[in-house]
Amino acid sequence: MRYLVSVIDDNAGLATPAEMAAVDVFNERLQAGGHWVFAGGLGKPDTATVIDNRRGHAILTDGPFLESKEYMAGFWIIEATDLDVALRLAAEGSKSCNRKVEVRPFLTDPA
Amino acid sequence: MRDAGEAIAHAHREEWARVVAGLARRFGNLDIAEEAAAEAFATAVAKWPVDGVPPNPGAWLTTTAARKAIDRIRRENKRDVKQKAAQMLYGDGKQEPADEIGDERLRLIFTCCHPALSMEARVALSLRMVGGLTVAEIARAFLVQETTMGQRISRAKAKIRVARIPYRTPSAEDLPGRMPGVLAVLFLIFNEGYLATGADSDPIRPGLTAEAIRLTRLIRTLMPEDGEVAGLLALMLLTEARRTARVSASGELVSLSEQDRGAWDAALLTEGHQLVRERMAAGEAPGRYQILAAINAVHTSAESVRDTDWRQVVALYDQLAGLDPSPVIALNRAVAVAEVDGAEAALAAVDGLGDKLAGYHAWHATRAELLRRLGQSERARAAYDKAMELAGNSAEIAYLGRRRAELG
Repeated sequence: MRYLVSVIDDNAGLATPAEMAAVDVFNERLQAGGHWVFAGGLGKPDTATVIDNRRGHAILTDGPFLESKEYMAGFWIIEATDLDVALRLAAEGSKSCNRKVEVRPFLTDPA
Repeated sequence: MRDAGEAIAHAHREEWARVVAGLARRFGNLDIAEEAAAEAFATAVAKWPVDGVPPNPGAWLTTTAARKAIDRIRRENKRDVKQKAAQMLYGDGKQEPADEIGDERLRLIFTCCHPALSMEARVALSLRMVGGLTVAEIARAFLVQETTMGQRISRAKAKIRVARIPYRTPSAEDLPGRMPGVLAVLFLIFNEGYLATGADSDPIRPGLTAEAIRLTRLIRTLMPEDGEVAGLLALMLLTEARRTARVSASGELVSLSEQDRGAWDAALLTEGHQLVRERMAAGEAPGRYQILAAINAVHTSAESVRDTDWRQVVALYDQLAGLDPSPVIALNRAVAVAEVDGAEAALAAVDGLGDKLAGYHAWHATRAELLRRLGQSERARAAYDKAMELAGNSAEIAYLGRRRAELG
């Protein structure tokens, strides 16, 4: 079972060296525990481009699809047996990056 | 032969949670468990009056419900074989470590009270899945539309399924962190019954208090060693014992000092006092529910308000404030302080809480009573007015109105 753990930022600050070091330690723990799938930090929302190609001609819009004070600054994709395990890992992740995180399940692949 | 209707009602009280819990474990899906249990009881309603009550109603219901569940899974499998197979596998339970606590109903309770669900969702889900109340009954109890309540419960069940909230009792390590959440759900159900917040609802709803007591008794049976479970049960019993004395024939709240103590339920008081004594004898540091129960035991042991051991009450509130330094506890402590050190000292303490509690009707009501005792009628009247404006319970508003009118 996979979960998306989004890092929620509201102060537009990049991670400090201490936070980065703590995240590295956490990432190693994820890998050692077999929970690691993927992770990454994202550019700020004002670097985003929205594309709408539903009608066959792509319309580009400069900026994020949703303007808000809080935004997703990065994420982990983790493997966990159930939500309790995912929440425990996410709690560690929140501490390591010093930000709020949101945990959301991937829809399970029935295959 | 027993009356079939009575047997069904009895089986519903005693067996509903067990049937749902057993099915949820077997099929790994709360939706299927709930629907199959409901169908089994509906079948009992149709069959028992005709065929007679089966010798073991619980076993009959479990078997019937399991058959209904399998029927439903077969029907749905035609649509969505793989999805169901995945869910069945997950619900198999073999990969899970052995439970710290045995009874399947506990799994159900801990799942319904999972901290990833909102408090509203936990309350609704617990009443439906563990308590066996219908969606319509729960909707009525919380004054929302039946469709709204139905959606709330469906959403919670979907979250459990999609986010994979595990169907198990917490490990010994996690249990202390999870217990308060379960007890908070039960206490909220009880309080909503005991002092309904809605302006349009009956001031007291014994259905909800009885249901909260029943569920707490169940958890107490399953976890007899837990001091806070015992404390919460004692607190509920000692509160419930005063229920009939608490509202007058005209629908007005009767304060503790004015209640007819002879009308209190002696059996509930005896049981509650016994539990409090047991917890004190256990020699463990008490948690908040045990302390609240002890405070209620002091009140209900006294012949009158004057005979109450108020010093003991203040000491217990001090102990409680050590665990939970909330302004509401400080407010209740001040009420006891008034009896020990006088109204002036109490009013000083209450006024000190103003910046935190100015939006809370009980803060104004307490001020009003203290000002009245100090002979400050004008200020007391203003405080009663504010309390009535903020209070939601009709019996309480009626009480405050009378107290205000007495000032002349």
